[in-house]
Amino acid sequence: MELGYGEEFELYREGVREFLSKNWPPPGKSGEGIDDQAIRAFRRNAVEAGYLYRAIPRRYGGAGREPDLLEAQIIREEFRRARAPMEIGGISTQMLVPTLLECGEEWQKERFVRRTIEGEIIWCQGYSEPGSGSDLASVRTRGELVDGEWIVNGQKIWTTQAAEADYMFALVRTEPDAPKREGISYLLLDMKQPGIEVRPLRQITGGTEFNEVFLDDARTPADWIVGQRGQGWQVSRTTLKHERNMVGNAESAEKLFRQLVRLARSVDLEEGPAIDHPEIRVELARLWNEVLIQRCSGYYQLSRSAKGKSAGNLTLMNKLAFSDFAQRVSDVALRIIRGDGLLEPGRRRGGNEKWLNQWMGSLGLSIAGGTSNIQRNIIAERGLGLPRDVVGDR
Amino acid sequence: MDFDLSNEQEILQETVDKFIGNVCPITRVRELSERDDPYDEELWDRCVDLGLGGLLVPEEYGGAGLGLLDAALVVESLGRGAVPSPFIEHTVAVLALRLGGSREQKRKWLPGMAQGDVRGCVALGEQENAWFGDRWTTRFDSGAGGREGVRGTKAPVSFGAGSDLVVVGTAGGGLVLVEGADPGLRFERIDGIDRTRRLDRLEIEGASGSVLSARDGIASRVVDAWLVLLAADAFGGAVACLARSVAYAKEREQFGVKIGSFQALKHQLANMALEVEPARTLYWYAAHAFDRELADASCAAAAAKSAICDRYLRIARSAVEVHGGIGYTWECDIQLFLKRALFDGLYLGDSRVHYRRIAESSGW
Repeated sequence: MELGYGEEFELYREGVREFLSKNWPPPGKSGEGIDDQAIRAFRRNAVEAGYLYRAIPRRYGGAGREPDLLEAQIIREEFRRARAPMEIGGISTQMLVPTLLECGEEWQKERFVRRTIEGEIIWCQGYSEPGSGSDLASVRTRGELVDGEWIVNGQKIWTTQAAEADYMFALVRTEPDAPKREGISYLLLDMKQPGIEVRPLRQITGGTEFNEVFLDDARTPADWIVGQRGQGWQVSRTTLKHERNMVGNAESAEKLFRQLVRLARSVDLEEGPAIDHPEIRVELARLWNEVLIQRCSGYYQLSRSAKGKSAGNLTLMNKLAFSDFAQRVSDVALRIIRGDGLLEPGRRRGGNEKWLNQWMGSLGLSIAGGTSNIQRNIIAERGLGLPRDVVGDR
Repeated sequence: MDFDLSNEQEILQETVDKFIGNVCPITRVRELSERDDPYDEELWDRCVDLGLGGLLVPEEYGGAGLGLLDAALVVESLGRGAVPSPFIEHTVAVLALRLGGSREQKRKWLPGMAQGDVRGCVALGEQENAWFGDRWTTRFDSGAGGREGVRGTKAPVSFGAGSDLVVVGTAGGGLVLVEGADPGLRFERIDGIDRTRRLDRLEIEGASGSVLSARDGIASRVVDAWLVLLAADAFGGAVACLARSVAYAKEREQFGVKIGSFQALKHQLANMALEVEPARTLYWYAAHAFDRELADASCAAAAAKSAICDRYLRIARSAVEVHGGIGYTWECDIQLFLKRALFDGLYLGDSRVHYRRIAESSGW
């Protein structure tokens, strides 16, 4: 057991630090002076140096390196320390790009990958529908090939960034007579066309991060399909050998915990700061234990993956563990802010009531990207080997 | 970066698992637990033959010279099997000597502890949950005024009776060695809820003691090590409860199907797995932090003990529920684990005590 990275990797870390000290902040710039152009230039340099978009081949704008989880972790640590821009996050780079690299046609990779990772184009995901949530393979949005074009009709929902997006990658039923999962194709669509209407959905927080998308004779060329007709389900499940952040959840948990400690220091509860309240101290210790478990579990998963070995059921548990944790943090925060929780968090920015956004947002975590109950099914069936449900059409 | 067990550690754990399967399967555990005293001389001898007695004894004294993490892996296996073994107590006694013993004390005791001639135990806690050094009242007077010797009451002491060497905690957080045969020691058996562990009340009346070095809070290091080992035992027990529950859900039928196909039960089992499986890495870390003397070693030990023992209690209770009526019977092995969970959870302080310690040492 060794928690250090060892000499070879520390040398690598030195290189990353040297690069950052020369490139971030950009020479001669600071604060407001760092504009989008400077950030783009920095990212290009970082790709050139092999620190960003490492798994993406050079001809599509990536660094074209062999995947190495430990190097990737060191890069993240150092970039975070320097507060330097990392890869553009989100589904465009994390879902669409890996899928295109794995299953896309050469022209699709050439046309889309570089522009996507450089932030020139934005994608939205057309998966969920009003009638297809956890049972995603039941999608009913239809696509018909007419005169060299797909004509797409239906409705998508929970579509993040639909209004800003240039394109959508969507699961569309193109083979209505085939069994459920074999009748779906993975299509790419231009969002800026008359057949597509985007309507924002207001969330419980009052914000509007996602939308409904209505497809009414939306059109896309016949070859804007990834994989073959009817293979869309498998294409959407593609996992690429890229450098997934194994300790991402633990880092988020720790950050959230630190915010809670700051809140407890700054707010009085009964006689003195909440941080001195015996019950709050017990709750904080409980949560800290959870942070430690997620951190240890993360580093174990990182170590196992770096050796090409499985980390067993732990990989199935990360999402559920983190969303449970975020909800527990929000409960403790509410106990600390008490009456401030009666206020609307949007209006008086900066007050303790902003924790209501975390309190409500943590509910979103247990729904988005596979609900917690679905996560429990996965742990039970794939992890513990329990029999599948007897009901329903899977 | 390799936060994982070494090959040797994996082999060690496999070896111990196989050993337990052969020497002390659950049927044997039941037999031992039905006796007044679950301690089994023959079982301990076999453990010593396997090398467990000297696992942490330095090589120069005839042991394997391994670390707390290795011992914790053994304890996980023993906990999974609910084995009535004094391995934890003996190992903590070895550590006390290793950390605080003079050359002479080490030479006198450690070789015998490795070979099996000497079984060690540790008597720290006193009445009213006085688990830590700051509240011990047992006195050691080195001779002035004719009251030479160790005096006090230690309870409950686990696997104390019949041991050859007792490490006794004294007022102010000191540690003293007392020979098991000293006429000043009197063990009185206590009926414990966990019938896989022998418990005693130890009256010490003028026993002769040999003091261990008091430098740099050796006693609190000894407590930390013990906390980690209890956490490892709790992890092993929780794994056993989960595995038994999953196996039962795959075999038991109601309404014409395996009960494990019901989503209610699947979710209960998934929640159990979520609580148990990632926690293994926490006791690893706590043991590793102890071995490397990392700055947060004490805090990590408290975290492992409180987090994992709490989980063990919840998992054992859920396991009874998953087993239904049969789970509530004496015949069902789950009750052995349920009671071991109580022991692990309450011995050396319940989780609230450790939460407070975590809060203090974290500077909140």
